[in-house]
Amino acid sequence: MASNAGVAQSRALPGPVRFITSSIGAKVVMAVSGFVLVGFVLVHMIGNLQIFLGPEAINRYGNFLQGLGELLWVFRLGLLAALIAHVASAARLVILNQSARPINYSHNDYVQVKFAARTMPISGIVVLAFIIFHLAHFTGGKVQPELFHFQDELGQHDIYAMVTLGFQNWFISGFYIVANALLALHLSHGVSSMFQTLGVTAPAWRPLTHALGPVIGTIIFIGNVGIPLACSLGLVAIPAGAM
Amino acid sequence: MHLTLHVWRQKSANDKGRLVQYEVDNISSDMSFLEMLDVFNESLIAKGEEPVAFDHDCREGICGACSLVINGIPHGPDEGTTVCQLHMRRFKDGDTIYIEPWRAKAFPVIRDLIVDRTAFDRIQQAGGFITINTGGAPDANALPIAKTEADLAMDAAACIGCGACVAACPNASAMLFVGAKVSQFLHLPQGHPERARRVKAMVEQMDAEGFGNCTNHYECMAACPKEIDVRVIAELNLEFMKAKISGRE
Amino acid sequence: MNLDAKIPDGPMAEKWDNHRFAMKLVNPANKRKYKVIVVGTGLAGASAAATMAELGYNVENYCYQDSARRAHSIAAQGGINAAKNYQNDGDSIYRLFYDTVKGGDFRSREANVYRLAQVSNAIIDQCVAQGVPFAREYGGQLANRSFGGAQVSRTFYARGQTGQQLLLGAYSALMRQVAAGTVKLVPRSEMLDLVVIDGRARGIIVRDMVTGRIYPAFGDAVVLATGGYGNVFYLSTNAMGCNVTAAYRAYKRGAGFANPCYMQIHPTCIPVTGDHQSKLTLMSESLRNDGRVWVPKAVGDKRAPNDIPEAERDYYLERRYPSFGNLVPRDVASRAAKQVCDEGRGVGATGLAVYLDFADAIKRLGRSAIEQRYGNLFHMYHKITDEDPYTMPMRIFPAVHYTMGGLWVDYNLMSTIPGLHVLGEANFSDHGANRLGASALMQGLADGYFVIPYTIGHYFGSNTFDPIDGEHPAFQEAAQAAGSRLQKLLDVKGSRSVDSFHRDLGHIMWTHCGMSRKREGLETALKEIPKLREEFWRDVRVPGSGDQLNVSLEKAGRVADFLEFSEIVVRDALAREESCGGHFREEHQTPEGEAKRDDENFSHVAVWEYKGDNEEPVMHKEQLTFDLVKPSVRSYK
Repeated sequence: MASNAGVAQSRALPGPVRFITSSIGAKVVMAVSGFVLVGFVLVHMIGNLQIFLGPEAINRYGNFLQGLGELLWVFRLGLLAALIAHVASAARLVILNQSARPINYSHNDYVQVKFAARTMPISGIVVLAFIIFHLAHFTGGKVQPELFHFQDELGQHDIYAMVTLGFQNWFISGFYIVANALLALHLSHGVSSMFQTLGVTAPAWRPLTHALGPVIGTIIFIGNVGIPLACSLGLVAIPAGAM
Repeated sequence: MHLTLHVWRQKSANDKGRLVQYEVDNISSDMSFLEMLDVFNESLIAKGEEPVAFDHDCREGICGACSLVINGIPHGPDEGTTVCQLHMRRFKDGDTIYIEPWRAKAFPVIRDLIVDRTAFDRIQQAGGFITINTGGAPDANALPIAKTEADLAMDAAACIGCGACVAACPNASAMLFVGAKVSQFLHLPQGHPERARRVKAMVEQMDAEGFGNCTNHYECMAACPKEIDVRVIAELNLEFMKAKISGRE
Repeated sequence: MNLDAKIPDGPMAEKWDNHRFAMKLVNPANKRKYKVIVVGTGLAGASAAATMAELGYNVENYCYQDSARRAHSIAAQGGINAAKNYQNDGDSIYRLFYDTVKGGDFRSREANVYRLAQVSNAIIDQCVAQGVPFAREYGGQLANRSFGGAQVSRTFYARGQTGQQLLLGAYSALMRQVAAGTVKLVPRSEMLDLVVIDGRARGIIVRDMVTGRIYPAFGDAVVLATGGYGNVFYLSTNAMGCNVTAAYRAYKRGAGFANPCYMQIHPTCIPVTGDHQSKLTLMSESLRNDGRVWVPKAVGDKRAPNDIPEAERDYYLERRYPSFGNLVPRDVASRAAKQVCDEGRGVGATGLAVYLDFADAIKRLGRSAIEQRYGNLFHMYHKITDEDPYTMPMRIFPAVHYTMGGLWVDYNLMSTIPGLHVLGEANFSDHGANRLGASALMQGLADGYFVIPYTIGHYFGSNTFDPIDGEHPAFQEAAQAAGSRLQKLLDVKGSRSVDSFHRDLGHIMWTHCGMSRKREGLETALKEIPKLREEFWRDVRVPGSGDQLNVSLEKAGRVADFLEFSEIVVRDALAREESCGGHFREEHQTPEGEAKRDDENFSHVAVWEYKGDNEEPVMHKEQLTFDLVKPSVRSYK
């Protein structure tokens, strides 16, 4: 029996590997890494919103982060680990789930499945692509290198100028807006799912946990999209000299 | 009424299989869906063709044998209903109905609409029991069990093992089935001595059978003829984590 | 035919104990050398297979369903009786025994029934330990209800799914043994014949229903737990697959068939709507605890039920049986429904139904209380009939539900063929001419958990066995015969489907050998059945081949057996010139239309012996003696 060979195969692995490769363990990996990532996204958003307080605040914040030195790398590596775990586990689950139904129904009709839930892999891939782009854009300075070397009056890296000027490009702003919309969609299923995976059992809590995903998704969408939108529409002061 | 049926026909496990279109007449709205298929099969036999094979037995919604996907929904459009309890008054004259078997790697088709669900039995064999030999039981009232807990156990135990949860899940996951069994024993003190071993063994077997992984769509709950709540999946998740993390056997 | 029941000596209450001591034991180390073939995975089969495996025997278990969990025991709704007396309402082993013997209309074997009552308590203990979620009170103790007209509350239940929960309990025990390697479970396989070697049952012939392979399964003893034969009526509350083939094949190999005419007609089923009907749906008789049964007083009153004023309704059960009212036993309630319908007072489109009305109960207890008690049943009724029972009375009609008759067994549950044991509904022993509600589950589990595990050891311990295998000529011959019989069915290539013959047979049986029977009708049936059988073998059409999954072929084999077996049912009904329990002969009734028993001439078990295909079967008698319960007129007035 093929199934029993599968059991034997899995038993040969070390305990923690067995856990994260089991169906439930893989979900736990998704939930925990997802929790870390969504926590970061929230904090990141709150930090970035300081752009509305003017150049001083955002530049101070950015340079404070830069000044963390090794500590910053601890955060970065932690986030990278969470991201890799999240993506790798997701990729594995997608492949397994597709192979679990080799022949599809010719006529399919879902009663319950939500759009957000069905599109998790796609929204996930776009968000991943966005993360790489975003890092290259504002952390690596590879997308608009001409905006990367401004300095403010204090001689610090002028993040305010980089961001506000960067978002004058409608293609870039547009990509940020679309990617954040998909991120919101991703979180609206992902955050609610996390509670189920981690064993929040009482059906009485379900309205709350089901609402939390869309609520957090919406908050992040509004917060994150607000920045490129405000910049593109000229709702924040654009440093004139840099143009 | 007159209906157009698209029925999955497959001679054997090795045959490729395909949807075949048929017309069927003289269907009364009082018939159950399976009685409609009986009438249809009689017409096939009259023409000298082989009837469509489908699993069914009790026809009162409890044995869990019947297993048809009707227009893309396991057990058809009625909530909390097995196919055998679905009635033709739910359909209109002239309707087109697609009838397909459960689709999952772990449930290979044997013939036409019949699939092999022994994977569920093997999951049960892995740990879906309480280890007690006949004869050694204490008095039934020696162990009081709160009514609320007994009711939760019963909610989960109502599972009929039909496999609609797997058929409905976009990932062909068996978590609702396994969760139901784990939850039943979780809410009864008799089940506690072996709880860690049980959940680990059942999940391990479930994975080895080739079922997909739960991604919290809850389509299973919508399809379940006994309306088993996805609470049992959350319980299964938690129970599995506890067992793994504590390292208890 | 040797019909020694082997009832142990001693006072009734000590017989089972004495017997357990007197029985031979098998050395624990030797048990694995004995192989038992168990057919059926219902309550009796699964519990027997699991328990024998726990003891160390080597067990093979066959069932026709795709999983052992689907056997029709699963459909039992109401509950399981036990003499626990948890309610302190005067119950005892003796009372359960007494009620069962009386309920069976004094046609069962006292010693067997007493043992059943004795082991009933251990069943509940066992099931709770397995994790069966019985209903409980707020304090955590088990809940009980009164059921099927019992005067005490001794019924344990798990919502309306008691059979399911008990079966899943037995199934889980069985799965545990399968995992341990002590039971080999073979689903989707059908027993086609019994193999008897040197006078002992040594195995069976099996057809793999997926590949069509026919092969021998051999061992040292055979246990049949193959259920009842209610489907001889085509329409019944049985599952579609329930059949008599295993029991009938055993009969043809020499096992006596006891009381085939005893069958139970359940009063609360959903009425037939048309010819397409494939089965009848039972609703738990617990409904009669709160529902009131009535028909219009006037013949042919076609008004809607709610338009018929109180004064023009006939609550005939309350009128005729003031002390039991709507809770009279099943046979009495069913017959009374038939009588009012025969008078032309039946309701619904077909006139073959009576009302079961909850209006009073809803008024008295409130809708939510009724919903809590019967919500799932009301829901099911609504689904099937498209009528709302909260606002309209239910329509109900009796339907064939259970067969008390079955293969004859002695106190050890062994048939007249040594080594062939028969459990559960497939045997005849405990319910006499009528079974009480919530007793079938009790009997199936008693036989499987607590009787056969002891008596099988006694059989092994008392005999020596020559080693055999499937190559034995008896197996080869039987397998060949089974194969050519199926080929013969395929070769007829006639014009009519198997189902059409089954429906015709059901019609003959229900008309002439149903709820009430009389000589002319039975004699007509005895003429019509052979004609139908002859036509079947001349004109049946079975498409496909034998080497594949072939549903028509499976049915054809079963219907062919029903077409022979039905004759014995009719013969038995004809020979029993009295009315008792589920068997009602119109010639034998009191002036008020009540059943009239004849203890002087018919206080016996009628056991039929096969004599050859073209010979009439011979009836033998096992005389019944009643030491404790004196037969009396069963009155529920």
